[in-house]
Amino acid sequence: MIRPHRSHPLWYAFLLHRVSGLALVLFLPLHFYVLAFALTQPERLDGFLRWTDYTIVKLAEFGLVFLLAIHIFGGLRLLALEFLPWSPRQKTLAASAVAASFLVSGTFFLQAV
Amino acid sequence: MSNIRDMPNGQTMEVRVWRSDGEGGRFEGFDVPQRESQTILDVVSWIQQNADSTLSYRFACRVGMCGSCAMMVNGQPRWTCRTHVKKVLKNNRLTVEPLRNLPVIKDLVADMDPFFDKWVKAEGVFHPSKTRADAIEAISSEHPMRVEADRAIECINCAVCYAACDVVEANPDYLGPAALNRAWTLMNDERDAGHDVRLDAVSQKGGCHNCHSQQSCVRFCPNELNPTASIAGLKRETAKSFFRRRD
Repeated sequence: MIRPHRSHPLWYAFLLHRVSGLALVLFLPLHFYVLAFALTQPERLDGFLRWTDYTIVKLAEFGLVFLLAIHIFGGLRLLALEFLPWSPRQKTLAASAVAASFLVSGTFFLQAV
Repeated sequence: MSNIRDMPNGQTMEVRVWRSDGEGGRFEGFDVPQRESQTILDVVSWIQQNADSTLSYRFACRVGMCGSCAMMVNGQPRWTCRTHVKKVLKNNRLTVEPLRNLPVIKDLVADMDPFFDKWVKAEGVFHPSKTRADAIEAISSEHPMRVEADRAIECINCAVCYAACDVVEANPDYLGPAALNRAWTLMNDERDAGHDVRLDAVSQKGGCHNCHSQQSCVRFCPNELNPTASIAGLKRETAKSFFRRRD
C-alpha cells in the first residue's frame, strides 16, 4: 500500500499526524455531545461513564490519548520546523514525538487500570 | 564492444521498462547482462543499443552534473547515471519509468516544461539592483545570507524532488520543491532587488504554504540539498512580511 517513494520515516510522521488529526475530528463532536449530557441529562452521563470501567474501553482511551498526544507533539515538531532555525535532527524529533506520546498515553493507561 | 566487464557467470537481470507514445502505455520486459559498476543509465543504454533502438530516454553528461537522466527506478526517483544497479536491484528485477508528476513525451522522456514554468512562476529569476556601470558588490562568503544561499544553490534541475513530492501530485498548482528552493537562494542574494515580488509569488495559491513537510524531496535529492528547509525559510519570510505590511 505504501508506495516506494513514501517509504521513509518523515513521510510516516506526516501520515501519523494526518490520521491522528482526522480521527480527532471524528471524536470531538461525539465528545462534546456526551459532555452536553452533564447539563441536560446527568443520569445518562453517569450511565455512559460507567462504560469506562471495562478494560476494552480503557484500551480505547489509551488509543485516544495517544492520538491526542501525537497530534500535539507532532504539531509542535512542525511549528519548530517552520519557525525555528532548521535542525538536521528531523527524524530524531519525529521519533521523540512518538516516544513522548507513548509515555503520556502509557502513563494514563497505567493510572487507569 | 567486448564483454570483458560482464559478470563471470553471464548473469542477467530482468528489467521492466515503461513504453509509451505519450497516451497510455505498458511495461516491456528485457533481459540485460549484469556488469561490474553498472549504473541504471548503463542498463537503459544497453537496451537501446542492443535490444530495441526505438527506446527513447534522455541523458547528457553521465557524471551527475546536468540533471537530464532522472527516472523512476523501482518506484523511486533517482539520477540514473549515478545510481548503481547493485544498490537498487531487488530479486534480480528492475523497473524503470519516466519521472512522476510530469507529462510523458515518449517512453522514459518526461516533458520538463511544467517543471521549469514553475521556476519562472516562483520568480526564480534574478532581479538586478545595479547597472553595469556600478561597481561589483563584494559579498563575503561568511555572510549569514550567503551561507544560507550556499546550502541550497547546488541544484541541478533534475526534477527528482518534483517527482518525489506528493503535494505536486495532489495539487497541480503547487510550485514544487525545486522552484521554491531556487526562490529561497535569491531571497538570500543581497544584490537581488525582487524580494517583495518574489514573496508575493511564493505565497500565492500553490506556493510555499502548501508544503506538508513530508520531506521526500530531502530524502531523494541526489545532491543532498534540503528544499524543505528552504521552503520553511520562505514560510518564515512571508509570515514576517505579512506583519510588516500591516504596520
